[in-house]
Amino acid sequence: MEENSAGVTVSSKKTLWKVIGASSLGTLIEWYDFYIFGSLALIISTKFFPSDNPTAAFLSTLATFAAGFVVRPFGALFFGRLGDIIGRKYTFMVTLLLMGLSTCAIGLVPGYETIGFAAPLLVLLLRLLQGLALGGEYGGAATYVAEHSEPHKRGFRTSWIQTTATVGLFISLAVIMLTKSSMSAEAFDDWGWRLPFLLSSVMVVVSYFIRRNMDESPLFKKAKSEGNTSTNPLKESFGNKFNFKFVLLALFGATMGQGVIWYTGQFYALSFLQNVCHVDFDQTNFIIGAALLAGTGFFVFFGWLSDRIGRKPVMLAGMLLAILTYRPIYDRMYQFTDVTTKQELVDQQRAEGDAIIKVYDDGSTATWVTEGATTTQTVHVGRSAFWSIVLLVFIQVLYVTMVYGPIAAFLVEMFPVRIRYTSMSLPYHVGNGIFGGLLPAVATYLVTKAQVANTAVQQASEALPYDKPHLAGLWYPILIAGVSFIIGLLYLKNKNQNVQ
Amino acid sequence: MNTIKRILGVVWIILGLVAGYYLIISQAIPQFTSGKTEDLVPAIIYTFILMPIITGGLCIFGWYALQGEYNTSE
Repeated sequence: MEENSAGVTVSSKKTLWKVIGASSLGTLIEWYDFYIFGSLALIISTKFFPSDNPTAAFLSTLATFAAGFVVRPFGALFFGRLGDIIGRKYTFMVTLLLMGLSTCAIGLVPGYETIGFAAPLLVLLLRLLQGLALGGEYGGAATYVAEHSEPHKRGFRTSWIQTTATVGLFISLAVIMLTKSSMSAEAFDDWGWRLPFLLSSVMVVVSYFIRRNMDESPLFKKAKSEGNTSTNPLKESFGNKFNFKFVLLALFGATMGQGVIWYTGQFYALSFLQNVCHVDFDQTNFIIGAALLAGTGFFVFFGWLSDRIGRKPVMLAGMLLAILTYRPIYDRMYQFTDVTTKQELVDQQRAEGDAIIKVYDDGSTATWVTEGATTTQTVHVGRSAFWSIVLLVFIQVLYVTMVYGPIAAFLVEMFPVRIRYTSMSLPYHVGNGIFGGLLPAVATYLVTKAQVANTAVQQASEALPYDKPHLAGLWYPILIAGVSFIIGLLYLKNKNQNVQ
Repeated sequence: MNTIKRILGVVWIILGLVAGYYLIISQAIPQFTSGKTEDLVPAIIYTFILMPIITGGLCIFGWYALQGEYNTSE
């Protein structure tokens, strides 16, 4: 430990990188665990939910996914309170183990066909535990790193924690792709999908042993030795007007907008390509994976930049750019995948079993499969369209890095040490878990509603109510981020009061 | 700037109430009464999660803004 010129105790550089490494690794594993479920949502829906109606099964999974998000604020309250009373280190060790055990257990639950209704119930319960664990983890890791850091480098140091969510998603996609490519499609569908869940147990054990040897945060230790820790952090955070008004400001002026931009860039883009544009599963994952890989370094850049020019301008610039450009970006993505506007190479059309495959002049192919009265379409885009879509998703990831890179430092500096874990965790998880986590479901609902409305009017030969129904889902993030931008612009300070 | 912050407090309160009305009247009630199982989850989320956070949160935030709690010393 060292004391800087301002008399603040900070860790030595070597210790700091160990702290960042251990915290980031654990948080990364938690995100991996959390995203495996979302990335395998389609398969899970067929295994654990009645398969009579695939849409209902998929919506059930989304609901379970949402349940994982909705309980995050409760995890934030429960573990945040513990973290402010007994310490950051022990609390985020518990959340790590809880997450690992829940994830591993999901991989062991027998399917609906074997144990009936107990299967979806067990999966739902385990998903709720995952949400609780994640609710406690992030605030602990961010607070722990921030309290070890020099105040003027807090944005840069905590930005490494911010990369973990994206890297966790990237690794979850990579593990799924590797597992799929190492076995037949039937084997993956039968039992292979369980492997990514089971792999979590190994990663959690490794991370647990790394974290076990870390010291408690110096600021928390100092507060504890001076008897300055809170005995009732919940009451102090939310029952005290002075603190509660900052909790509300953090939520409405920052995390609410940041949450929807994060989930639009990383998750709705995936859902939009799969469900609205009908791009095939593997290609969509490659597109998102490539964009994430190219964009992840910018979390650190924007964290560093926020130490120089302030958190507020970086985050608000990201929000504003997203609000202004989402519709043109998604419209271009749709056009790149819309085979009705491409020139078909008629002589290359072929039939394979129940499928009809059409080839287009830009190298794209579209496969139509008819089962009963239902026809499904899957598009595999050509090389040029593929890289154009990667670029468009990358731009969205860039917005994510602008709003998300500085947010940990921003939240940490908004609240004092004694109630920091509790106070910062709640707005973070309400903003991200609820406003962001519900985004794919709400946006998909809005698109479906617009398409149904257009179809109904089309049959009656009247003017269409929606000019571009595929963009209807974007109104949710645009509206939420718009309100957050105005509140942030007017009410947030560029420098918070608890910089020490 | 402080005057604008205070006046906008009214806007946040109204926005919270409008959002609450939309979530309950336009979304939750029709879904609760649709009789479809798949509508139940969103209806519960609108009523017990989103509405309290958006309406309650924005109204309190607006009230604090109106009271000058977010004013900066000039």
